[in-house]
Amino acid sequence: MTELKNIRNFSIVAHIDHGKSTLADRLIQSTGTVADRDMQAQLLDSMDIERERGITIKANTVRIEYKAKDGETYVLNLIDTPGHVDFAYEVSRSMRAVEGSLLVVDAAQGVEAQTLANVYHAIEADHEIVPVLNKIDLPAAEPERVCEQIEDVIGIDATDAVMISAKTGIGIADVLEAIVTRLPAPEGDADAPLKAMLVDSWYDPYLGVVVLVRVIDGVLKKGDKIKMLATNASYPVDRVGVFKPEMQPIDKLGPGEMGFLTASIKQVRDTRVGDTITHEKKGVEEALPGFKPAQPVVFCGLFPVDTALFEDLRESIEKLALNDASFSYETESSAALGFGFRCGFLGLLHLEVIRDRLEREYDIDLITTAPSVIYKVYLRDGTIVELHNPADMPDLTLVDHIEEPRIKATILVPDEYLGDVLKLCQDRRGIQIDLTYAGARAMVIYDLPLNEVVFDFYDRLKSVTKGYASFDYSMEGYAEDQLVKMQILVNDEPVDALSTMVHRARAEARGRAMCAKLKELIPQHMFKIPIQAAIGGRVIARETISALRKDVTAKCYGGDATRKRKLLDKQKKGKKKMREFGRVSIPQSAFISALKMDD
Amino acid sequence: MDDWQHGGFGVYIHWPFCLAKCPYCDFNSHVSRNIDHELWRDALLKELRHSALLTGPRKVDTVFFGGGTPSLMRADTVSALIDEIDKLWGLNPNAEISLEANPTSVEAQKFADFSNAGVNRISMGIQSLNDNDLKALGRMHSVKEALKAFDIAKAQFKRVSFDLIYARQKQTAKHWFAELRQALDLAVDHLSLYQLTIEQGTRFGDLYEKGNLRHLPPSDEAADMYLGTREICAEYGLYGYEISNYARQGAESRHNLIYWRYGDYAGIGPGAHARLTLDHQRTALHTHTQPQEWLDLVRENNHGMHAPEPLALEDQAIEYLMMSMRLTEGSDLNRYEALAGQELSSTRVEQLKALGMIETTGTTLKATAKGRPLLNSLLAELLR
Repeated sequence: MTELKNIRNFSIVAHIDHGKSTLADRLIQSTGTVADRDMQAQLLDSMDIERERGITIKANTVRIEYKAKDGETYVLNLIDTPGHVDFAYEVSRSMRAVEGSLLVVDAAQGVEAQTLANVYHAIEADHEIVPVLNKIDLPAAEPERVCEQIEDVIGIDATDAVMISAKTGIGIADVLEAIVTRLPAPEGDADAPLKAMLVDSWYDPYLGVVVLVRVIDGVLKKGDKIKMLATNASYPVDRVGVFKPEMQPIDKLGPGEMGFLTASIKQVRDTRVGDTITHEKKGVEEALPGFKPAQPVVFCGLFPVDTALFEDLRESIEKLALNDASFSYETESSAALGFGFRCGFLGLLHLEVIRDRLEREYDIDLITTAPSVIYKVYLRDGTIVELHNPADMPDLTLVDHIEEPRIKATILVPDEYLGDVLKLCQDRRGIQIDLTYAGARAMVIYDLPLNEVVFDFYDRLKSVTKGYASFDYSMEGYAEDQLVKMQILVNDEPVDALSTMVHRARAEARGRAMCAKLKELIPQHMFKIPIQAAIGGRVIARETISALRKDVTAKCYGGDATRKRKLLDKQKKGKKKMREFGRVSIPQSAFISALKMDD
Repeated sequence: MDDWQHGGFGVYIHWPFCLAKCPYCDFNSHVSRNIDHELWRDALLKELRHSALLTGPRKVDTVFFGGGTPSLMRADTVSALIDEIDKLWGLNPNAEISLEANPTSVEAQKFADFSNAGVNRISMGIQSLNDNDLKALGRMHSVKEALKAFDIAKAQFKRVSFDLIYARQKQTAKHWFAELRQALDLAVDHLSLYQLTIEQGTRFGDLYEKGNLRHLPPSDEAADMYLGTREICAEYGLYGYEISNYARQGAESRHNLIYWRYGDYAGIGPGAHARLTLDHQRTALHTHTQPQEWLDLVRENNHGMHAPEPLALEDQAIEYLMMSMRLTEGSDLNRYEALAGQELSSTRVEQLKALGMIETTGTTLKATAKGRPLLNSLLAELLR
């Protein structure tokens, strides 16, 4: 057990690409926590997807031992928090687990919207915040301007900002000293009953569920009988340890310390991020504040491209769900796509991560249907239906009105792109709440319907601002609007997986755009194919895919019949990436691509 | 009776060398300045003997010298090969012996010798009757030279055919039809008219992938060109007997008919393909494509073939249908069913009939005029 005064717990707040992972790697390396030969880039991001995308999905910690200039050895617990809006709740819990933050800002690019969102989590958690300017060795670095911006936009003192280059190692020693001298030691009472926060958890194939904990009061030991307050479940503790960053068992974790426990917990689902862990006997009664169960906000259907693989998909989804309590699923059957699952996610990134993992780790080709939000459908008889899937929309005659979720979006954008951003928000039914300036950049706050954002808003934002805008959002409750279900008919048959909820005033434009997109996406057939968008029985847009007129090999190679047969096999394989609707084959990618708007 | 006997038996000989590689061509052709003609003759003879050992006795209906550019062969090589074929198997009295030729003055000088060697049909790669387009296609002859070679050929051979490539860059239907009429005015009795196809691994293929092969006619215009081609040829008495081949009745390429009627054919020379029924088992054979490698193998083993691949009956059925549906005469459903062990899906047949893509009369299945240009899609549907 480490003395409280020799512990520092901290997180790193940064925008993607501003160097969070590189700084973490440097801190680990320069303190000799990991031998140089074992170093690999972005040590803390353990999933392939995390490494590839440069994002963090699961919280992670590493315990660093550092001998400071004052001669004392300190235990520094770095927590790497998820860095995306989809995981805002997880971020807030991780922040509650530490006392301070390093605010890493790219000295050339300055503060981004995502930095803001996470720094607010840190401020809310009462963190001491040390500004760190990274990439000061770049020619484009403007440390003074960025310091000013930190003071203006975030409102924290940046006079003592640490200047570093995580890439080259400049200033890393200063960062370590700043952690020790400027961040507070945790407080806690070793003699009080055990009170620990469940920061995150994941499944380890050898150890079962691993729980990341921060001990507030009391002592957690191997063999203890613990209880989770939210689930009221009890478990005997098998193992207690710390991350260096590989798992290393220790005897006990005292107040202020971070580490892990394993306790024969079968599923990650049995653990709740933010839950309070205490001893079964003589434990605390009162839970830590701020606990919230996970709430999916975005839904979509996942169907196997090959219908025969439904059971494989079920198995894979179940396995994945064991490791992700925030992901929900139930079976769905679609007239068009057969059997699949309606899945709920924390946001679009979460959706993509899960889909990627299913395709990659479990090797199943998937058709993803249009993402949807949860609509509240108020029926005339007074009942309220939560609609996760436009295909389940009740008959219009029964509906009184519909409410949809809205968000508060914060967008930071260089002046020159402001016009485009405002137009984009306006086109997506946004209501402007605020527009202020921070240096040469505008900060726009918009109230937007989630369903307009859920799909390709972020992509569009990036493209209209050439990547210079940053974006963050929070949920803002429900509001009524004129929403209708739009159906798409291909060759006169409705394709339920392409149904979407749209605003009445935008339905026609949207319908036209979708029909036009599908005309590009569906290959020509031997016959012509009408594509229609319809609301109720009324067709609001129509396109026709003309019949294919020529598809024949001109020259048949001196008797090479094998080549012909191979061509046929190739055609057959191509067909496997398609789904049959009546006599029309639709490529699996069309279900998502059809929704992408080039407005 | 084995299935191949419906189609006959031919021998294909591949000469893999060209003076230059054409940008559209993905055939097995190589540019080489030093060719040891004796060595090549002996190697081809050896492989012929090996093939004859495999097939056992049967009569040869057709011989085809393809390439590459077989008109670059020495006439005595051609002569020796024809003689050897006759010795090994025996040529039918009216056997068709074709040779592909470049229409240049140099090669035209050899036509008399080829004729003396036994060649009785010549197929000339004229490709275009427009000098600019010939350059764009990488051809080394001019229109004038080609027409001269054609006249020489007509004097030497009873049967002369030539190839044209259409749906070329910047070519409109109108231009093509005019060019086609010009070709038909030359009083040919056989034409092979291929739409330009962009193949991977060719220079055109590379340009196309980079977006640098522009002004190809759009698919609809190419379809119009195809339909118009058939009509115009018919006006001149040449009926389209295969997707890209047109002939006066009786002047069809009998060698190619063996492929399309799914007969047996031996394949001699680098990169040649064969279908041979050996001990009642139809077998796919093909030789190594690299000239030197093939030569070395022949020296060692008397042949340059890869391991033979016995074809399952269902694969034979697929091959039969894919080849025979190219023919205007269509496929014999009895033959298909005998090979496949089952009928074609009647739902699919009915659907395609309803779309006007195919028709059946008795046991004959044919693509219609509408279905013919869509043969690949149609076969994919039939064989799904």
